[in-house]
Amino acid sequence: MTGMTLIVKRIARCVKSFIFLYGIYITLYGHLTPGGGFAGGVIIACSFILLILAFGKEKALERISKSLASELDSIGALMFLFIALLGILIGGSFFINFIQKNNPGQDFHLFSAGTIILSNIAIAIKVGSSLFMVFVIFAVLRVVKKGDKFEMIQTEMRDEE
Amino acid sequence: MNIIPLFVALPLAVAFIIPMLSRKFKWFPDIAGNITTLILAGMSFSVIGKTGIYSMGAWEAPIGIVMVLDGLSVLLLIAVNVIAFASTLFSVNYMDRYTSKLRYYSLFLLMVAGMNGVVLSGDLFNLYVFLEIASVASYALVGFGCEHEEIEASFKYLVLGTVASAFILLGIGITYGSIGSLNMAQVSEQISLSGMNNALLFAVALFIMGFGLKAALVPFHAWLPDAHPSAPAPISSMLSGVLIKALGIYTLARILFNVIGVTDTILNILMVLGAVSMVIGVLLALGQWDFKRLLAYHSISQVGYIILGIGLGTPLGILGGLFHLINHSVFKSLLFLNAGAIEYSTGTRQLDELGGMKEKMPVTGGTSLVASMSIAGIPPFNGFWSKLIIIAACIQAGRPVFAALAVFASILTLASFLKVQKYAFFDKLKDKWKDIEEVPVLMRLSMVLLALLCIVMCVLLLPLLNTGLFDNIDILGPAVDALMKGTAYAVRVLG
Repeated sequence: MTGMTLIVKRIARCVKSFIFLYGIYITLYGHLTPGGGFAGGVIIACSFILLILAFGKEKALERISKSLASELDSIGALMFLFIALLGILIGGSFFINFIQKNNPGQDFHLFSAGTIILSNIAIAIKVGSSLFMVFVIFAVLRVVKKGDKFEMIQTEMRDEE
Repeated sequence: MNIIPLFVALPLAVAFIIPMLSRKFKWFPDIAGNITTLILAGMSFSVIGKTGIYSMGAWEAPIGIVMVLDGLSVLLLIAVNVIAFASTLFSVNYMDRYTSKLRYYSLFLLMVAGMNGVVLSGDLFNLYVFLEIASVASYALVGFGCEHEEIEASFKYLVLGTVASAFILLGIGITYGSIGSLNMAQVSEQISLSGMNNALLFAVALFIMGFGLKAALVPFHAWLPDAHPSAPAPISSMLSGVLIKALGIYTLARILFNVIGVTDTILNILMVLGAVSMVIGVLLALGQWDFKRLLAYHSISQVGYIILGIGLGTPLGILGGLFHLINHSVFKSLLFLNAGAIEYSTGTRQLDELGGMKEKMPVTGGTSLVASMSIAGIPPFNGFWSKLIIIAACIQAGRPVFAALAVFASILTLASFLKVQKYAFFDKLKDKWKDIEEVPVLMRLSMVLLALLCIVMCVLLLPLLNTGLFDNIDILGPAVDALMKGTAYAVRVLG
């Protein structure tokens, strides 16, 4: 049996979806309450890191593979940049809040503050997937000893290409 | 449309598109990387002579974040993007020997985006963020080969680079604490209104330490001779050619001259640091037999020249310093590419194992001769003119000791590069190198491009002599102006 004891596994199975949901909440309400894309992304990544800790990295990688995490990483960054560049096309200035300018939502509602919520989602995707990748790399590095150097990482990385 | 934000947005976008598309199209990283740097180089030429202030999201300064384009930024943008193009051109064949081209180009473009951001930023904290983007990408690129020695150099660079970043962040924090603003123009305005206080003086010391570490001035130089030779050759040429200048010298000059405002004490510190780096760097270089390590020590020495010129604080001194900055970025990049070409063909960079490479590799030999003569200060190559101006400026400012040290360091540089030429290129061809070949055409092209620049760059001086020739490429004049006007920077940005 890989991973930790039954108790840890059971609890992890129970709370993982709540942690994930809480991450989404923090992200979506980032413009209204404390939090935002970065904090939300970290919490989302935590739900997967919990899986790695409790069940081993294979279980987590079944749900979100390394190549998917890497794609999400790029997609998040590109989404953020795309929102900024749309500002030039629509509002005439880099990073301008073009939605807020044209149809301001009602204050203190979910759909207010224009592009901020979209940027938060982009940041959450980027931060969540990057942090997950960082933790996966740590999980790989654990077994690297002096002598067999970096061949192990390199082979793992080659698989993914 | 205003193109200022695109200097950061374009390389950033391509850096993230490359990993997505390259799994399907193996040729994509090469093409995308080269086209992007070519476009960036074209864009940087198109802003010559222009100035501009760009408010992000249409929030005006000092509330919003601004990007400021002025003479000094234009000079650095041209240096960064032209060298980046030459390096990516060289990488196409050279990087075939390494594992992952998509990661390489992705990190490379992130580093370029960071450097472009640093030279355009008008906000202290944004400057720090861009500086970290460029630094973190360079830490990874130094260790790209994943051999023991490379990882060790990368780790050393990482630790010292992080110490530098911590100093800089602490300095920015203290400045923010005592001024209450991060906008460089507003900080500058407040300092000229209320004067310096002890907290700000401490911040200045932290900035000199932090940016001095990034620029590898002598007491802070320990990481450079390990990091620069360990990186792949195109990365060494980026690191030595432009990274230490964009992250170290530019930021130091910008903050000390335009934000804090220079005093005699600060200028004296800069001059002494510059002179010490100049002499110690070249003395350490003399004994080196590893081609790239020798070049890395010369980078320390040449950075000393630039800081000495800027530290004189006179228009002629700053002109010499900035001219040497752009000259050094060209010839030092070229020398690192030469070293890379030799390593590509022979697999070694130990000078005493080489010999007679001129016969087998005429293009590499010829271009390295041009670059060696440039760095040693032989007329009519570009290095001669900038060293001449720096020495003349030392005499004009009444500092004959510094002038003598500059001449002394220049002679030792010549000696050191005569050694390189003799052992690597002119000596008898050894038997084991009978079958080596000249490097592929794209690598030759990028070296020839830089060698041509070494020869023609003295025309940059012509617009300053009121001859009426080449007035449309007046790069140095506005750059000197930007520094000489000092804290009038605030008026220009805030209006």
